[in-house]
Amino acid sequence: MSELREIDARGPRWSAGLTAIVLSVALVTKSPVVIAVQLVQFGFGAFATPPKSPYGILYRKLVQPRLPKTFESEDIRPPQFAQGVGFVFALLATIGALSHTWPLFTVATAFALFAALLNSVFGYCLGCKVYLLGVRLRHR
Amino acid sequence: MVTSSLIIGVIIAALVFGAIERSRAGRIKNISKGKHVIDASDIGTELGLVATILQFSSAFCAPCRITRGTLSSVVTSFSGIKHVEIDAEKNLELVRKLDIRQTPTTLFLNSAGQEIARAVGAPKRDQVISALELISHE
Repeated sequence: MSELREIDARGPRWSAGLTAIVLSVALVTKSPVVIAVQLVQFGFGAFATPPKSPYGILYRKLVQPRLPKTFESEDIRPPQFAQGVGFVFALLATIGALSHTWPLFTVATAFALFAALLNSVFGYCLGCKVYLLGVRLRHR
Repeated sequence: MVTSSLIIGVIIAALVFGAIERSRAGRIKNISKGKHVIDASDIGTELGLVATILQFSSAFCAPCRITRGTLSSVVTSFSGIKHVEIDAEKNLELVRKLDIRQTPTTLFLNSAGQEIARAVGAPKRDQVISALELISHE
């Protein structure tokens, strides 16, 4: 929905923390189901919006009511972009798990875990680092 | 066993990388004078009388908004200094000419449009003021 442009900035940080836990479980169990759960989360976050993703809904129902009412808001586009990057890695990891290509699964999941940790601990802005370079490469 | 060391390795790598990135964000870097010269036609508006703070931003960039707030507040406390924000994606030619690689990147220009310093990542208020002092002392 295009009218929703500003969201509670704590939501994506919390979701990234949950993502890091789910990805760690995926690495330990090598379970296609666990990595597929994360793939679905990234899919909703990227192609719907972060607040409409499963973790976004969990945040609003369970976490936000327990936090202070005043909060920093942020533009929805940076976290949505980051979910899109996550989707690509989770897709590769899911393909790796389903086809038993374990190096692909492990590397893709480890990269996604690295990005999720940076996001949850530091509020790292992935779009700031990679988006402009991507545009520069596409329009040579 | 191998998996748990991998997870611990990734956690340590992310913490170290994130801490380094955070400490580097917004740091003012001196630029040799005359390397990049910008005029009014490049940015679509007149330069500031004393200095111009040129901010490159993009849509998927949360710190760009923080930088906008910092810069517009600094600009109101000094006269002759102008803050200009540019959408990097829509000005790729200028982005390439000035070698802008990520957003926000902030350039500090003197009255002649010469780049004196730049900050990659969101600069803090005192970092912005120190960059402006470089221009006033040149």
